[in-house]
Parts: sequence; C-alpha cells; structure tokens
Amino acid sequence: MWQFFHKLGSPKWFYGIATRFMPWLLASGLLLLVAGIVWGLAFAPKDYLQGNSYRIIFIHVPAAFLAQSIYIMMAFSAVVTLVWRMKLADVFVKAVAPVGLVFTFLSLFTGAVWGKPTWGTWWVWDARLTSMLILLFLYGGVIALDRAINDEKSAARAVAVLVLVGVVNIPIIKYSVDWWNTLHQPATFKLTEKPSMAMEMWVPLVLAILGLYLLFGWLACLRMKTEILIREQRTRWVRDLVLAGGK
Amino acid sequence: MAFDSFSAFLVMEGHGPYVWVCYGVFVLLLAGMMFWSFRTHQDIYQICKRGYEQQSKVGQPKPKAPATFTRVEVSQD
Repeated sequence: MWQFFHKLGSPKWFYGIATRFMPWLLASGLLLLVAGIVWGLAFAPKDYLQGNSYRIIFIHVPAAFLAQSIYIMMAFSAVVTLVWRMKLADVFVKAVAPVGLVFTFLSLFTGAVWGKPTWGTWWVWDARLTSMLILLFLYGGVIALDRAINDEKSAARAVAVLVLVGVVNIPIIKYSVDWWNTLHQPATFKLTEKPSMAMEMWVPLVLAILGLYLLFGWLACLRMKTEILIREQRTRWVRDLVLAGGK
Repeated sequence: MAFDSFSAFLVMEGHGPYVWVCYGVFVLLLAGMMFWSFRTHQDIYQICKRGYEQQSKVGQPKPKAPATFTRVEVSQD
C-alpha cells in the first residue's frame, strides 16, 4: 500500500501507467455512456408522473454525481498536497478543476431545463439548487486562484486551503433535500438502498453513470499528463520520452 | 422501443425540445472538453519536442570552416 502511494508520487511512473490505461478508459467509457443514453432515451418506459421529460435524468444524475465526486477527490488531494507535499496531488487538482466546473454547469443546466416542464419554473432559490450553484463558484474560484499566483508552490497551498474550506458544501448538497423543504425530488440513486425506480430505468442510469466516470478517468489522465509535461519539461525522463516519440 | 415511430421519438409528447436541448448541450460540452484537452496535450507535446530538437542542434559542435590561405604581412625588421 505504502509502496503504491510512493509510486503514485512519481510523475514518471504515473505518466507511463496513465498512457497504458487511457485507451481502455476511453473505449469502455464511450461504450457504457452511449449504451446508457440510447437505452434511456429510446427504450426505457415513460414515467407515469413526469412523462418523457424524466429522460433528462440519464445525463443529469451522472453529471451531478461527477460534479460532487470530483470535488471530494480534489479535497483528498488537497490534504495530500498540504501534508505530504506530493507533486501529483496538486497536478490532479489543477487538471480536474475545469472538468468539475463543466459537470457542475451541466447538472445545473439540465436541471433547470428539466424543471420547466416538471415544476413550471427554470429556477428556484432552494437549498439543493443554491448549494450546487455555490459548487460552481467554488470550482471557478479554485481555477482563478491557481492562475492568479505565479509561484507554483504558493499556488498549490492556497488552492488546497480553498478546496478544503469549500468541501463543507458537499454534505449540504447531499442532505439539502432531507434537511429543507425543496422542489427537488429526494435522491433517486443510493448505493446503500434498493433502487426506488423501475429496473428498466435504473440499469441505463447505472450504465450512464459508470460510463461518465470512466470518461472522467480518461480526461483526468490526459489533463494530468499535459500538466506533467509542462512542469517536468526540464527533466531528463521527459526529454528522453518525447525524443523517443513516446506519447 | 418505447415509441411508436421516429417522429414520436423526436417529439416525445411535447417534451422533445427540453430533452434534446439537454442532450445537445451535454454532448457538445463533453465532446468539446475531450477534444480541447486532447488538442492542448498534442500542442504542449509538440512544443516540448521542438524545444528539445533545437537544444540538440545548438548543443552539437559547429562544423569547422574550410581551411583558407591568407597572406600575412610580417615585418622583417
């Protein structure tokens, strides 16, 4: 375990392993996501209450899952950055923050469009929607802070502190539908409980969620590799790798 | 299939515009982000490669100029 942890701290080791896994992540991610979306759009039955507008769930829930999961992963990386000063942890935060921003925007956008036929309004200032909007601002703040500080180490520390302060928002997002009265429906998908929806709807949703997680894995590896190239371009191993034509 | 025809699939009993706008924006942003990330990686890789190739050229010893004969005036005093 500790050996793996130490290996993970090596940009060279990570670059090699990421290059090897990336084609598998991309192929399996695309396959599962397309399967989940096609199944959900064309073959899953209509919802008895919401009609066909509920089909937005097959992208809304995966995007919202990713938006929160990415922030939790960033918080773990922030701890590693502050405690162990591991370079790759900071590389991860910098590489995935824009991805988290896009997924948060997607969950807000698809939620707003879904809200119009379901609730009769695009937006309400209730706890779930507002806390997701705060998550969007947190991602924006992390990206802006990182770009505002020139010194790499100072930027890494400042960003890690901001990420850790913002992590308090994650349980608020999760439990907002239980703690406050809200238009937003309770959690559709729980890992610990039996699904509250029909299996014909639940299976494509799971496929779409898994597919999007795998695609996120591909995106994270690719963006981390780019960041590693920028930071380590003066090292011999990057020079040897690039001159040898290795991607 | 959950729909009787392809047009029913597109219209989705009036919910089509909401559903298709969401899926359109989702695919556009996801594909755009993937393409942009891939392109940025390729660009950075090429910049590094060009830099290393230039360094290699600069680091190599310059080829010597061909030998020339020059008359040198030397004083016999």
